[in-house]
Amino acid sequence: MIQAVLFLCALLSVVTTAGIIWVLARETLNFFRQVSAVSFLTGMRWTPLFQPSSFGVLPLVGGTLMIVVGAALVAVPLGLGTGIFLSEYASDRLRGILKPVLEILAGIPTVVYGYFALTFVTPQLGRLFPSIQVFNAASASIVVGVMILPMIASLCDDALRAVPQALRHAGYALGATRFEVSTRVVLPGAFSGVLASFVLALSRAIGETMAVTLAAGATPRLTVNPLESIQTMTAYIVQVSLGDTPAGSMAYLTVYAVGMLLFMITLAMNLVGNRILRHFQEVYE
Amino acid sequence: MTSATAPLGRNLPIRRRLGGLFHAVFLIATFTGVVLLAVLLAEVIQNGIPWLTGSFFTNFPSRFPDQAGIRAALWGTIWLIGLTALFSIPVGVGAAIYLEEYAGRSWFNTLIEINIANLAGTPSIVYGILGLAIFVRWMALGRSVLAGALTMSLLILPVTIIASREALRAVPNSIRLAAFALGATKWQTIRAHVLPAALPGIMTGIILALSRAIGETAPLIMIGALTFVAFTPAGPMDEFTALPIQIFNWASRPQREFYGVAAAGILVLLGVLLTMNAAAIWIRHRSQRSMRW
Amino acid sequence: MVGNGPPAAGETIVSCRSLSVRYGSVAAVQEISLDIPEHQITAIIGPSGCGKSTLLRACNRMNDFIQNVTTEGQVLYRGEDLYASDIDPVEVRRRIGMVFQKPNPFPKSVFRNVAWGASINGFRGDINELVQRSLKKAALWDEVKDKLDQSGLALSGGQQQRLCIARAIALEPDLILMDEPCSALDPASTARIEDLLFELKARYTIVIVTHNMQQAARVSDWTAFLSHGRLVEFGATEAIFTRPDKRETEDYVTGKFG
Repeated sequence: MIQAVLFLCALLSVVTTAGIIWVLARETLNFFRQVSAVSFLTGMRWTPLFQPSSFGVLPLVGGTLMIVVGAALVAVPLGLGTGIFLSEYASDRLRGILKPVLEILAGIPTVVYGYFALTFVTPQLGRLFPSIQVFNAASASIVVGVMILPMIASLCDDALRAVPQALRHAGYALGATRFEVSTRVVLPGAFSGVLASFVLALSRAIGETMAVTLAAGATPRLTVNPLESIQTMTAYIVQVSLGDTPAGSMAYLTVYAVGMLLFMITLAMNLVGNRILRHFQEVYE
Repeated sequence: MTSATAPLGRNLPIRRRLGGLFHAVFLIATFTGVVLLAVLLAEVIQNGIPWLTGSFFTNFPSRFPDQAGIRAALWGTIWLIGLTALFSIPVGVGAAIYLEEYAGRSWFNTLIEINIANLAGTPSIVYGILGLAIFVRWMALGRSVLAGALTMSLLILPVTIIASREALRAVPNSIRLAAFALGATKWQTIRAHVLPAALPGIMTGIILALSRAIGETAPLIMIGALTFVAFTPAGPMDEFTALPIQIFNWASRPQREFYGVAAAGILVLLGVLLTMNAAAIWIRHRSQRSMRW
Repeated sequence: MVGNGPPAAGETIVSCRSLSVRYGSVAAVQEISLDIPEHQITAIIGPSGCGKSTLLRACNRMNDFIQNVTTEGQVLYRGEDLYASDIDPVEVRRRIGMVFQKPNPFPKSVFRNVAWGASINGFRGDINELVQRSLKKAALWDEVKDKLDQSGLALSGGQQQRLCIARAIALEPDLILMDEPCSALDPASTARIEDLLFELKARYTIVIVTHNMQQAARVSDWTAFLSHGRLVEFGATEAIFTRPDKRETEDYVTGKFG
């Protein structure tokens, strides 16, 4: 029956998730037979490929965190500001120009952003901060911020536009300016939609691979200095894959363990973000 | 107004100025994105144009920048996207049809929806790990274009499903009801009426999903797409490289000249993406003109 | 056109002089001249599409938000033209209150709903007292005094509309414009709001657009009848409904059309 075939197509998505979890879990368990989960999650030295080897993943998590925080500093204000402008201030004609531009920005492959970080952002930052290293967290987080900016702008724009016009009129009829209506009536009314956009965009930043691989470096290190090179979870996985890793070796297993951690973090954020988004959409149905 | 000033409203001038200030702030925030895009494009064009020669397209990669070419990567990408389209289109559209036209609002179907939303946000490198374990190792497909295409298909499946569902949802229900009233079965209705009506939207969604696939690097690295390939694939089981991998490889080289080569590669990649997006917009535009419900 | 004001006028609070409003090329209001007396309830009635809401919105410059709108003529509020170039529409809307057809409280608490307009406009007195006073004047205080922190949206339809009235009153306007305020409410809530209007008349001037003729007859002191964007007749409600001057008016109020 046709319906059965179509159902199987839909079921594939569930199978995919199950596959991801199965593949990651199996090797992660193997990994935890040799390295304790506690020392993995709390250890602060990550040197799995050298002797003496150490498997504390916090430097990688720290690296990812630096990128995410930096990206948020760029993308949240700019993205929200853009979303507010598109929804509350821009004329239809201006919207018609700006939205496609944002779509283009969103469609640029991440490897291009990595190239841009390496060839433009780092040299420019180098003018301001001469002590900057060739590979550094700052450049990577700036371009990742630009990468997720359109996502925040677009989702915020959608959320703000979902607020009914009647509420704006109520605000204006009380003698409020457009800025006051936009930020004190509409924005609070769209709050959970805006929040969801932040969560989902930052989840994307966590999973970002190529820009950080090219520009942030391959030095797992716990630091708060963005001018230094670091390594993110994603960049580490790439690094190992580019080398020759025999199946079953410790290096091979670390890929799965780090991959599992990465997957769990982004899964949690996606679940939360999508949940908030769905709740928001139901309110304004 | 000059009539008896009520105690309210004396702060209006300040509020006006604050409003004007933030209008400017929001405007600047918006145009920062535009300006950054312009700078990025200018940078890439400036660096890449000199390297965009005819031989660039016919050469294979090389240790020497002026002999490096994109031929292997371009053909690899073409093979990859072709096979990816072959797998992902039927499955993605099929799943969308099931979820939109057949599925009720049971807990299981809601679970599938949540699942798809989460998969859409899963990092692409995780798909790479999955592809490595399942297609390269377990199915023993090796580092082939086929393994790459299957991995990519899984990657873009959620996006394809979501876009196709929206296209199906946009078809007015009256069309379905009219067909049912004439005694058509569900599948007949879908095949003859709903699907053709939703086709432009579905095609747009597929093109955008595929253009995302073209730009993806991480999963291909995971499954072992080589970064130094001096041949083009002749069959689905061949090893391969792809445009973004080649760009990544060139951008990682220590020699500065390779930055220019990478930029040229980026121009080719952006050119391909631009063409695909233009096609999607053209389809959307044409369908909006001819479709009058 | 027909601009006969009420014979024995009180002070006039709002005067339209040859007011015309166009949306693009469509004329919604054509050359209307009308004097609204103070401390009275004036109803604007007429068939659908006759321009009643447009006329109402012209009085607090809410039409400004509609694309392609052109306004010609004058709207004089206590002698000052609201459409003069040196007039700030934000201030106009603060001084003239509006209640909409569908209750539109903010998704904030009851308290914040009433307090919002005042605090935005720089109110420096006792905000609790203002909120209580406004809710009392809107005949809502007793029902919500224990629920001030609850969301305004949690109230019933009739309560929400009275909340919107309280919100408008909190700004101490002299004039309150009401655009079919009861059309989305059940009869019981409608009756309560109509009673409320009688109480409000002492302190405020009310202009109410209504498609319900019986309501206009019950509630208002003066009635303006509009048709196709023009003012057909304006006079004391009792006269309009029992011995109208124009044939068209008589046809409408006796239900022959509309």
